[in-house]
Amino acid sequence: MPVRHHMTPLVEAKHLSVAMNGNEVLHGVDLRLEPSEIVTVVGPNGSGKSTLLRSIIGAVPLSHGSIRLKPGLRIGYVPQKLHIDPTLPITVARFLSLPKSASDQDTNAALERAGVRDLKNRQMARLSGGQFQRVLLARALLSNPELLILDEATQGLDQAGSAAFYAQIEDIRTELGCAVLMVSHELHVVMAASDRVICLNGHVCCEGAPEHVASAPEYRALFGSGTQGALALYRHEHNHSHDHEHSHEHEAAE
Amino acid sequence: MNLFDSFLVRAALAGLGVALAAAPLGCFVVWRRMAYFGDATAHAAILGVALALALNISIMVGVLAVVLVAATIVSGLTTRGYAMDTLLGVMAHSALAIGLVAVSFLTNVRIDLMAYLFGDILAVGKVDLAVIWGGAAIVLGLIGWRWSALLTTTLNAELAHASGIDPRREQLILTIALAVVIAVAIKVVGVLLIASLLVIPAAAARPFSSTPERMAALAMGIGALSALGGLYLAFQFDTPTGPTIVCVAATCFTFASIVGAVTSKA
Repeated sequence: MPVRHHMTPLVEAKHLSVAMNGNEVLHGVDLRLEPSEIVTVVGPNGSGKSTLLRSIIGAVPLSHGSIRLKPGLRIGYVPQKLHIDPTLPITVARFLSLPKSASDQDTNAALERAGVRDLKNRQMARLSGGQFQRVLLARALLSNPELLILDEATQGLDQAGSAAFYAQIEDIRTELGCAVLMVSHELHVVMAASDRVICLNGHVCCEGAPEHVASAPEYRALFGSGTQGALALYRHEHNHSHDHEHSHEHEAAE
Repeated sequence: MNLFDSFLVRAALAGLGVALAAAPLGCFVVWRRMAYFGDATAHAAILGVALALALNISIMVGVLAVVLVAATIVSGLTTRGYAMDTLLGVMAHSALAIGLVAVSFLTNVRIDLMAYLFGDILAVGKVDLAVIWGGAAIVLGLIGWRWSALLTTTLNAELAHASGIDPRREQLILTIALAVVIAVAIKVVGVLLIASLLVIPAAAARPFSSTPERMAALAMGIGALSALGGLYLAFQFDTPTGPTIVCVAATCFTFASIVGAVTSKA
């Protein structure tokens, strides 16, 4: 179980706001990540989930607030989707050696841990969706991360595939002791594997243990009740209790 | 007689220098789907020639400056909601047109604009040769130095961010390398053919490559073969040199595509 309040946090965001094309995608978000805890960010399309992750890795500038990372924090990042142009020939092993070259031993260990040790010499462009995500996971593990960030890493996988993927994430956390921050649409699958859930809709609607969040009125307003939450996501009520005039104008910004 | 006194030897060395610098850069142009970007900036180079003549400065400096400005404008505007292909279309043709109009105002200068459109490799002097190899060394040095970072950025900008690489800086390095190649190559192959020397050898190398490094090395070989082979054929059959070089490259591409298609089915 995660150790709380004894160590310095890995990430501490205060009053974080991000504006894209004049729309405020995130406003006043506070976030604190402790070592070795699994935190899942849920929220409807356009709620700023990916933006939150990308702001932590420094890919989007903040309009207000601050993000403090633990000095020297090693982050492993698994992006939402990665298109490799078929004109770019690259093997799995070469891909894992970018930008820093990795030893054969480390490459094998990372592939093994991600469950795809046989793919080393395959071309990236010829992998299936599930294999590709696991290679991305292996790549993130190579830096021996203290924090693993996953942005909807199971997009395009079927439910069994996603469940297996998240089970692997939990194993990895147990093995490496790294913290995990992930975004997902598959609420019921992910919530079971999370220590803490943050429900996001431009701002933090509610957060806490999975059971707490699942029964919170703010969460139900966004996703409906019960385990059908994942479905409700796609037809969520636009006039939920936390309505803000700019909450639904930035679907394209994510 | 000094070896460099032969215009054929100078032409061969000039072609070789341009081909070697353009090939690995061309791989990035292909991977990043920037083929038209190279084309458009090459067109803008004509405006650079006109400005250089009007201001009485070195043509290479003029071309370098205009290409860098044009590339920066395009990169800047794409983040403001214009589609890349539209912007490039606007810039390529208007810069070429403005360049041609500007040249016509220079009544006291008589220049052969065709030389800058199609190049004149047989007229390469010793100083040009030094410029080309100097430029080629800069470009190869830049790409070699930033190779891993450039590759990571090309794969995915967010991956680059997460690895502490600034994708915008790598984009700038590619833009500078592109501008340098165009500036030093304009006299040899001309603006209309630079884009093909960037793209065709890289495309021809693709079917035989399993890693990016191999593709870059093969592209350099194919580029060198095209430059030397094209020069030889142009001399033999008295054809225009620049276009002949590109024809040889295109033949390599066709051959590679056929072999690639046959072997991937087998």
